[in-house]
Amino acid sequence: MAGSIKRSGKFDIERAFRGGTAALALSVLVLGAIIVYELFSSSGPAFDRFGFGFITSRDWDPVSELYGALPFIWGTFYTSILALVIALPLSLGIAVFLTELAPVWLRGPIGFMVELLAAIPSLVYGLWGLFVLAPIMQEHIQPFLAQYDYLPFFKGYPLGLGIMTASVIVAIMILPTISSISREVMYTVPETQREGGLALGMTRWEVVSKVVIPYSRSGILGGVILGFGRALGETMAVTMVIGNTPQITMSLFDPGYTIASVLANEFAEATEKVHLSVLVELGLILFVISILMNSAAKLLLWRMNRYGSGSGS
Amino acid sequence: MKKVLLLALTVLALTAGAAQAGITLNGAGATFPYPLYSKWFYNYEKQTGTRVNYQSIGSGGGISQVKAGTVDFGASDAPLKAKELREANLFQFPMVAGAVAVVYNLPGVGSGLKLKSQTVADIYLGKIKKWNDPAIVKDNPGVNLSAMPIIVAHRSDGSGTTNIFTWYLEDVSSQWKLEVGSGKAVKWPVGIGGKGNEGVAGVVRQTKGAIGYVELAYATENKITYATLGNRDGGFVAPSTEGCIAAAASAKVPDDYYARFTYAPGKDSYPISGFTYLLVPRNLEPSNMKAFAGLVGWAFEKGDKDAKALHYVPIPDKLKDRIKADLKKLAK
Repeated sequence: MAGSIKRSGKFDIERAFRGGTAALALSVLVLGAIIVYELFSSSGPAFDRFGFGFITSRDWDPVSELYGALPFIWGTFYTSILALVIALPLSLGIAVFLTELAPVWLRGPIGFMVELLAAIPSLVYGLWGLFVLAPIMQEHIQPFLAQYDYLPFFKGYPLGLGIMTASVIVAIMILPTISSISREVMYTVPETQREGGLALGMTRWEVVSKVVIPYSRSGILGGVILGFGRALGETMAVTMVIGNTPQITMSLFDPGYTIASVLANEFAEATEKVHLSVLVELGLILFVISILMNSAAKLLLWRMNRYGSGSGS
Repeated sequence: MKKVLLLALTVLALTAGAAQAGITLNGAGATFPYPLYSKWFYNYEKQTGTRVNYQSIGSGGGISQVKAGTVDFGASDAPLKAKELREANLFQFPMVAGAVAVVYNLPGVGSGLKLKSQTVADIYLGKIKKWNDPAIVKDNPGVNLSAMPIIVAHRSDGSGTTNIFTWYLEDVSSQWKLEVGSGKAVKWPVGIGGKGNEGVAGVVRQTKGAIGYVELAYATENKITYATLGNRDGGFVAPSTEGCIAAAASAKVPDDYYARFTYAPGKDSYPISGFTYLLVPRNLEPSNMKAFAGLVGWAFEKGDKDAKALHYVPIPDKLKDRIKADLKKLAK
């Protein structure tokens, strides 16, 4: 074993290296444990008062100290899922184009621009959403969609600000994550696989849909999960455009609220003990949601690799 | 090895000694007065050498830090109640006043739309839904008001501005007092929330038919059209430092300085006005308390010009004298 070879007389660099990296890795676990402990202990007063009813209650009234998490949980999931629905086809399209179709000289610039989207600060997205996207939504896109108001998604007065604008902004924000991971995974598809497909007489479309995407689907799923995780926790940009109204609504025109947004809005000025504790409990709920999502994704990947014809098989 | 240690200790002792020569005051809290405080504290250090660090982390953070004793003073937009002050052994007093403007976006209508205070309350209760409601039309003959729906905007973040605005709505409307109440964050019957003054202003600017409320300084500097509001004595007053001074002059300020003077009497009083506060532990160590009293005294005597330039309203002179006397007693 390489680790047992002593290179220098008095100092065992290999052992120190192993110990050091292990300590660094373990520090993540310790940090996680401290966060969980802190969230649990600080949300104690809220839990004592509202119990599990907190999760199903729709009230949010700081004046009479009645709190419920349901509108925020709903808003968090609704906007994140919508963002994913918008971002996934776009990201896959970009990834497929870049790996399969684009001329080589175009790959660099487009890939660079997409990754640049990830470098824009959240607040800038929020302000852009508030001052540019929301008016476009209100004057052009939402009045058009309002024709289909027999659908539950397009009811009410087109405000511009609301769930729809928030979802679009988040979609743009998670797009680089999903597309660059998908692209990297698609690059790893062996050239022989594609050539095999082509040799069998497949068209480009058939190669992409029957060879490249199935081969890289577990990697794509990984990108989707990372993107979804980012969408769940996105704070500043969403807060600026979602309208911050705790209600449960299907209509994309209506304002909503997310867990991260209510934390950003109310944490700094929360002075009552219960109010503060309730906000920490919301943080705990977001934490649990993230863990559940990640675990579900891991499980899905595992099943896919085991039963499916997943990557490499 | 020993020599190095000795050297290090000497350097440490020297720097610690240097830091003690000039007193440093640490404060934390409200964001609303931050532009003024940072200007004041900067000038104060230049003139006196006393350094003041102020972190604008929000009133909530300011209150909890001053209670925990991690800062010398805290700042809050809303005053604490007597019981809380007593329990935490804090002294609070107003530092400066400010007004809140009601702003709107009506194409073709400039600043100065007249709104009775009851009308404002009914709009925020969701009872008045259209701009051509008789209650609005009656006070504005000759103004072209259409059946455009009213989009109500409010602050989504906890804020002293919301506290003052909901105090005002409580004073005006018994229904508001019963159903909603007042505070830095409330359960709004209608409307959408924007984060910060810029968030509310953003909603109002982007949305035709919107109404909102922002700090006066923010409305004037960004040239947003604002309403002239009906006050308790039946006059209509535009938001201004003068209107706010008139309202503050009428305020009855008790010994704990918990003052609420929204919807104040007086025909020139602007109805949505309030103080922002500083909090200091009564048992702050004497040298720091003396420095703190010096800072406040300086700001009261020399700071009015800076305050007015930034659209804040200096508190009445009589009140300043009372606070200075109280601080003098504490600094003994």
